[in-house]
Amino acid sequence: MSALIVAPVVWPLATAALLVLLQGRVETQRRLSTAATAIGLLFGLVLLAQVSAGGLQVMQVGGWDAPFGISFVADHLAAVMVVVNGLLATAVAAYALQDIDPGREIAGYHPMVHVMLAGVNGAFLTGDLFNLYVWFELLLIASFVLLTLGNRREQLEGGIKYVAANLVSSMLLLTGIGLLYGATGTLNLADLAVKLPQVPTGLATTLAMLFLVAFGIKAAVFPLFFWLPASYHTPPVAVAALFGGMLTKVGVYALLRTFTLVFVGDVPLTHGLLAWIAGVTMVTGVLGAAAQTDVRRILSFHIVSQIGYMIMGLAFFTPLGLGGAVFFMVHNIFAKANLFLIAGIARWYGGSFELKKLGGLYRYRPGLATLFAISAFSLAGIPPLSGFWAKLLVVRAGLEVNAWVLVAVSLAVGLLTLYSMTKIWLAAYWSPLPEGARLRDGPAPLLLLAPVVALASLSLLMGFASAPFLVLAERIGAELTDPASYVRAVLGESVASAFVAAREATP
Amino acid sequence: MEGYLAIVIGALFAGGFYLVMQRNLLRFVFGLILLSSAVNLLVFTSGRVTRGAPPLVPEGAIAPVGDVANALPQALVLTAIVIGFGLTVFALVLLLRVYERLGTVRTDELPVRLADPRPATERSGEEAPA
Repeated sequence: MSALIVAPVVWPLATAALLVLLQGRVETQRRLSTAATAIGLLFGLVLLAQVSAGGLQVMQVGGWDAPFGISFVADHLAAVMVVVNGLLATAVAAYALQDIDPGREIAGYHPMVHVMLAGVNGAFLTGDLFNLYVWFELLLIASFVLLTLGNRREQLEGGIKYVAANLVSSMLLLTGIGLLYGATGTLNLADLAVKLPQVPTGLATTLAMLFLVAFGIKAAVFPLFFWLPASYHTPPVAVAALFGGMLTKVGVYALLRTFTLVFVGDVPLTHGLLAWIAGVTMVTGVLGAAAQTDVRRILSFHIVSQIGYMIMGLAFFTPLGLGGAVFFMVHNIFAKANLFLIAGIARWYGGSFELKKLGGLYRYRPGLATLFAISAFSLAGIPPLSGFWAKLLVVRAGLEVNAWVLVAVSLAVGLLTLYSMTKIWLAAYWSPLPEGARLRDGPAPLLLLAPVVALASLSLLMGFASAPFLVLAERIGAELTDPASYVRAVLGESVASAFVAAREATP
Repeated sequence: MEGYLAIVIGALFAGGFYLVMQRNLLRFVFGLILLSSAVNLLVFTSGRVTRGAPPLVPEGAIAPVGDVANALPQALVLTAIVIGFGLTVFALVLLLRVYERLGTVRTDELPVRLADPRPATERSGEEAPA
């Protein structure tokens, strides 16, 4: 319908192209890059407003109607994710101005960030599986460069694992896409929702498993998460915050989209498996974190653990569960990225990420300690911070479907998360400064502090004024459990009513 | 025809996965190349194989006449080839950098070299990994 849907994709791509042309003129690049990220956020906000006012927005690229052309679809989930991506990118862009060293900037940090943002937004907005693959590759190749930019030995060692796991995952995704096309003759998500039920259930479930593994590697679920804690602690903090906040969630988004719209032929099997994966992912992630002493490694393992909660909401496959999963995802993106950024400021003061070498931050830098406490206790789900509402939604969804074990596991994992956060708090903030160590003088640069304050305020806002966010989560949950509305928006009324009739005819 | 291609694709997948599971990272990259060829063939075959019937629209008509080859998977494969090419080149460059900075392309040697970048022969009091 409107070209606004692709604006969050086209804008960062155009910015990246311009930034490449400005290679070498770092000062101009910095200004342009920061301004462009903020404008990208505006596009996202306008899109969300339009979706809220007018329902699902669809654009058929090149004038070819679905299912022949490529569709871009913005529902509430996609629009919210684009906005969240814009918010995070803007905060990190400001932080990066101080954090990223000139060497990395000259080597092309700025254009690569925008390529990655385009890939992420493209993955959220596309309505076509092959197109989704292309956006995934775009964000991957940019993330490869961002991860290894700087050529430090740790980065290369971590980068190899990251690249290896993600390339294998891409191969599996493309295999799945090829076989799915062979079975149905279409790759449009809405069209697949209509045509996949005509494929024998066994075959459809096998294909679903292929996609589960491919997206599972990208989302870092058990047992496919090993690449994440092996690589996420190596790049600069600004990059780690973008990765830790956003990238794995693109995998979760892909799972949410495909396992609510397309692969719903054998829900007890697929979503039962997802429930198991969710539980084990939560537990292994949090236990892995307990064994670490580097702040960034602790946070990396917690990324894995918290992916489990999102998958848990998906596994329940109820409006409340799905809405809860999305609420959790949004809360987690802000809290997690902020914790990485705060770890960067703590290092600015204390000179290290290692808990043993840090201390005294509460006594000498109470402001930073407060910011850490907000994000950390939000992550652990302490009321009334945003993490509490996120967990409450998912747990309530679990109680509704009598998933007692998984609910118990999730609550226990919440306690262990609190333990991990308390560990960082005790070692870096509460305990006295270690012998011989001293904190750097003066307040940290405003460019480091302002984004952290902004993200912490978002966490507080989602906690104290949660009502509008909960309403939005509810709408998203309702949309995800109603594939007919998606089909109607993309393929038209007649196909949608046939789709609904076919669904009612099968038991 | 699809049957033969399926066997070829299966063999490529088997070889690819065998190489991907090797400890030598160069073999890993070769494995990826085989896998990406296998996947490309698979996507191509999933559009069904039609010989000697290009999807061309005769002059004056608005659609091709009779059974013609499916053009969509070919377009998909073309995209996938380009992406696969780019990723493979990146993986090779990364590998080269790893070899330059860490002096090894073996995954079991990488953590050792990360702690101590000297080659195994120069490390004293330690056994070199076989």
